[in-house]
Amino acid sequence: MNIASLAPLAVVLPILGAALTFMLIRHSRAQRAVSIGLLSLTLLLECFLLAAVWDGGTVAVSIGGWIPPWGIVMVVDQFSSLMLVVSSAVSLAVLVYATGQGMADGDKDAPVSIFHPTYLILVAGVSNAFLSGDLFNLYVGFEILLTASYVLMTLGGTGPRIRAGVTYVVVSVVSSVLFLIAIAMVYGATGTVNMADLAIKLGDLDQGTRTLLHVMLLVAFGIKAAVFPLSFWLPDSYPTAPAPVTAVFAGLLTKVGVYAMVRTETLLFPGDSLNTPLMIAALLTMVVGILGALAQSDIKRLLSFTLVSHIGYMVFGLAMSSVVGLSAAVFYVAHHITIQTSLFLVTGLIERRGGSSSVDRLGGLAKISPLLALLFFIPGMNLAGIPPFSGFLGKVGLLQAGVELGTPLAYALVIGGVVTSLLTLLAVARVWNRAFWRRPTDAEHPDPVLLAAPGQQVEEEALEQEPVAAGSGRPLLPVPELSRAGTGGSSTLVRSTLMPRSMVGSTAGLVVLGMALTVFAGPLFGLSDRAAADMLDRAPYIQAVLGGDTTVPPAAAPAGGGQ
Amino acid sequence: MSINLALLLVMGALYACGIYLILERSLTRVLLGLMLLANATNLLILATGGYAGLAPLFSKDTAAGDYNDPLPQALILTSIVISFAVTAFMLGIIYRTWVLARQDEIQDDVEDLRVAETPSFDAEDDAEIPAETSEFPLTMLGSDGQDISDQGPDTGARPTDGPEAARTRGGTATVVAGDRELPAEHAAQEEKPGSRTINPGPEGGGQ
Repeated sequence: MNIASLAPLAVVLPILGAALTFMLIRHSRAQRAVSIGLLSLTLLLECFLLAAVWDGGTVAVSIGGWIPPWGIVMVVDQFSSLMLVVSSAVSLAVLVYATGQGMADGDKDAPVSIFHPTYLILVAGVSNAFLSGDLFNLYVGFEILLTASYVLMTLGGTGPRIRAGVTYVVVSVVSSVLFLIAIAMVYGATGTVNMADLAIKLGDLDQGTRTLLHVMLLVAFGIKAAVFPLSFWLPDSYPTAPAPVTAVFAGLLTKVGVYAMVRTETLLFPGDSLNTPLMIAALLTMVVGILGALAQSDIKRLLSFTLVSHIGYMVFGLAMSSVVGLSAAVFYVAHHITIQTSLFLVTGLIERRGGSSSVDRLGGLAKISPLLALLFFIPGMNLAGIPPFSGFLGKVGLLQAGVELGTPLAYALVIGGVVTSLLTLLAVARVWNRAFWRRPTDAEHPDPVLLAAPGQQVEEEALEQEPVAAGSGRPLLPVPELSRAGTGGSSTLVRSTLMPRSMVGSTAGLVVLGMALTVFAGPLFGLSDRAAADMLDRAPYIQAVLGGDTTVPPAAAPAGGGQ
Repeated sequence: MSINLALLLVMGALYACGIYLILERSLTRVLLGLMLLANATNLLILATGGYAGLAPLFSKDTAAGDYNDPLPQALILTSIVISFAVTAFMLGIIYRTWVLARQDEIQDDVEDLRVAETPSFDAEDDAEIPAETSEFPLTMLGSDGQDISDQGPDTGARPTDGPEAARTRGGTATVVAGDRELPAEHAAQEEKPGSRTINPGPEGGGQ
């Protein structure tokens, strides 16, 4: 009895929590306690899972005792458990943030009360996708998280959210259909959907069929991960959702796609047959994404574009199929989940304090709220890859792997990576200059909330003038609360409603987690090195699932494997 | 092993219609297209199960090869449930779109259009700065309040270009901040760190 055999609980606990919170839908206090408690418990369990496989050793858990090629397995290895821990830590922070926002704004509204169950189902879907050792179970995991995300995306049902939701739902459904078609074809070609079994059997197929299946899977996952030609849905749909929802989507959903791509590339189709197209896609993802970010004036949209752009780094690391590259990609995924989520959470706070998320309408926030400035500055610099931070370490790892590979395309990607990093810095600096440094009076049509000096009462009539629908992405219902704060007259009340302690606290927690990734980068890189070596070797995974005496076919039949 | 040609033809037709329909702008047609795609995929999965055999109920007398492959049907069942949920959700969204906009069409993204129409010239980034906007030149005022910096009235482009442009009018230096114009002396005092002589109002500027 290994601790790792408790892995299915990482899926079961959130689903149980969803059921409980759904029953407690009329008792918001109990609902909050249950969802936060269960998610903390899940996180604790996943930390144990990570500790159990830290030094190596892959564990497969057969659900219901069915023997692997037939039954469903869940596989815990270093990569999947690291992803589980990071994703659950991030979701817990976002949950606390969302709860704080709900308490500050008064969550009497019906749509808000379904937030908790839906959110827990999303977490369950993400965990299921990370743990799945079975292609069809992976599809089910995707569908669980996508269906939950449809609901969260259109929470409240306002015009912009419905519009964005339509794009999001249609694109996601199409990608799911593609994935399902790919599964059907894989099953038709090999007669199995177990990933370890597939790893052996796919090697026997002829090259044309292999490439077809490979491309189908990569396209399906590429849509979810927002890789360049398939990425246009993301900046269109993410920014309109409520701030915590956007934050968790940005952190987790695309990374699930990246995770699936990593499994496809390493376990199912090892070798370098499609590395060149992947590298080109990675380069275009990085450059096109960041150029899009530079054109935006809304912080949420800008961050959505940087999200797309930085997916390119992960695909770059993955496409090199070398231990150094893959290990840097693993580290980068963990780093990027944390940083991107904390940036979106900070943007939610900016939107509350400054009344808008458009940089044109913001100003002077560094003086108004130095804490907010600090919370934005650290992950912002981290995202851009400024030296002491983990973004820098991950990028250096990738660039090192690119130089080691030494092909012209790899050098092009190295240059592209550096340019993207600099342009990210430019994009972040533009936000910083405008939203934080210039004076509030220089902003175009600044929100009354922004102009009210900290020690001053928010004038009620100024707030009344503000159109309620102005903040399309505005958190659920701040306006009535604000005007109540205005009539109340006390500045501390204004302040506590504008920046509730739990929202600031959870954001700060995530920022600290991001910095912890920097401080503990050494052990983490050690872990990701071992994870990458194990994934490229494939034997630990296959033997854990199918038994220790399974012979593992050599990585690449046609072209000489990863260099 | 024989393949049911009719099923494959139906599948192809469903895919063709489905793809045609999801390219439409009307949401109901998009939904119909998605449903057709999902059903075509179900047929595809069914086809991967091979020929139709006996029901997969264990009996000692039946040879192993005579059974139908049950796995694809389990997969289809799952995917039917999922597409059912998605269809129900899409119907809800379509209804909501109709309630909000009174039309069954995909709406344009307003912010997208705005960004597309934004000129490449950005006043804050690209404007030629007619005045030094740092805090120091503004403090270079003579004791009589006259501007003694090298800021002539004829230098620079139109002074209202930038968000904060200085100009001299009638001998007194003035500063334009936002849509207001205030004497440079006030602005300078306000800019001084720790200045207490000026009590800035809610919109900046001294009273």
